[in-house]
Amino acid sequence: MKLKLHIWRQASPQAKGEFKAYDLDGVSPHMSFLDMLDLLNEQILHEGGEPVAFEHDCREGICGTCGMVINGIAHGPEKLITACQLHMRTFNDGDEIWIEPWRAAAFPVMKDLVVERAAFDRIIQSGGYISVRSGSAQDANAIPIPKEDADRAFDAAACIGCGACVAACPNASAMLFTAAKAAHLSYLPQGQTERLQRAANMVTAHDEEGFGNCTNHGACQEVCPKGISVDYIGRLNRDLLKATLSGVEVSTR
Amino acid sequence: MRRVLTLYRSSVGKKIMMAISGLILFGFIVAHMVGNLKAFQSPNGDGTHPLDTYAEFLREVGYPLVPEGGILWAFRLVLLAAVGVHIIAAIQLWSGARTARPSRYRKEDSQVFSYASRTMRWGGVIVAAFVVYHILHFTTGHVHPDFEYGRVYDNLVVGFQNPLVAGFYIVAVGALCLHLYHGLWSVFTTLGVQNRKIDRIRRPLAAGISVVLFVGFVSVPLAVLTRILTL
Repeated sequence: MKLKLHIWRQASPQAKGEFKAYDLDGVSPHMSFLDMLDLLNEQILHEGGEPVAFEHDCREGICGTCGMVINGIAHGPEKLITACQLHMRTFNDGDEIWIEPWRAAAFPVMKDLVVERAAFDRIIQSGGYISVRSGSAQDANAIPIPKEDADRAFDAAACIGCGACVAACPNASAMLFTAAKAAHLSYLPQGQTERLQRAANMVTAHDEEGFGNCTNHGACQEVCPKGISVDYIGRLNRDLLKATLSGVEVSTR
Repeated sequence: MRRVLTLYRSSVGKKIMMAISGLILFGFIVAHMVGNLKAFQSPNGDGTHPLDTYAEFLREVGYPLVPEGGILWAFRLVLLAAVGVHIIAAIQLWSGARTARPSRYRKEDSQVFSYASRTMRWGGVIVAAFVVYHILHFTTGHVHPDFEYGRVYDNLVVGFQNPLVAGFYIVAVGALCLHLYHGLWSVFTTLGVQNRKIDRIRRPLAAGISVVLFVGFVSVPLAVLTRILTL
């Protein structure tokens, strides 16, 4: 396959980025999208250029490291996968592909397609945990949990923190991420004690990081490689409403 | 009060305020539409019209317990406050969203958004502009060609006999119902009123209510234009 690639190149966080066009030949339809970028980088290195920086780790869709906006869609046109699981057979010979980094004030571009997602870590630090002494785990069946609740908690816990929800949201909101990280605890008994505090802290941290607000478009759900539902956002909203009306103050650590 | 202000400070809190103020305005819109349908009733024997009687009732309801127009103005103040909160929160949220996405994508595939969700902001602006015009037109009569206080039915027929005025009304009501379609669906998420049953019906519910409101509102100017309603 022969492709025409338009890739966002930005040397540093401060630099002004721009699109550069590349012609790439010899792309196999069996390649993953990242394999294709590796091939491009080999070509660029041969010509003495600076390779395109992009993040990747597991390359099997479970780590949440990779991510880029491909032809206007976070993680590309296929549903329920990350960019590393996208295969070039999705494209046709001669296609033009636009590749951009996640664009959000809270995710500054470090280089080319690499963005800084530490904002997500700080949202987790604000409340995405339970305060328990870690010792030996108790017997698995000691706390009965309804199957439905366990399933919902697990579906939320499937979030890999890739940031596609922020990238796809017209408001660059991280509500799907924040809601998922709150919900996987709020469905379980261990998460109840700090539930309202968690909602208040995490929403505050979300806002302070400079993410936008949710307008219920549902674009996040569409691009989420783990298919996390926007229904979790409603749950977080209700917890926040309860937290504020019952006078829970935001606590900072 | 302090808790309400704390709530308002967060982005979710602003949305909750938008949802509540939106629900108040939605309640008004439903009542307004039902009231409008009185235009289709046949005139009273004394040359007045049930629509005029209804307007008079709205002014006088509660009298002499409350001063004349008291209840009407109480409702108006609540609506004004709701409009104020709705618009201010919208502007703040919009500006926050703009700051959150300083540079746009070169290519954007926005197929996943519904037309209604994409047009919430501009649709809201159109509706707001229309409401100002609508009040100057039918309530105060400033931009009405032949306004006569208290003769609501006559004012309505004369007003809508101008196809441009009727056309603008229909377009604005369309924008309003599109706005309501996304808003009514959205309000369940924003207030966190969700369960499996609600989630199944909220989309058709929002669509159904919007369509009923659209048909109800538009029927009046269309009836004037087609001479079903005449002086």
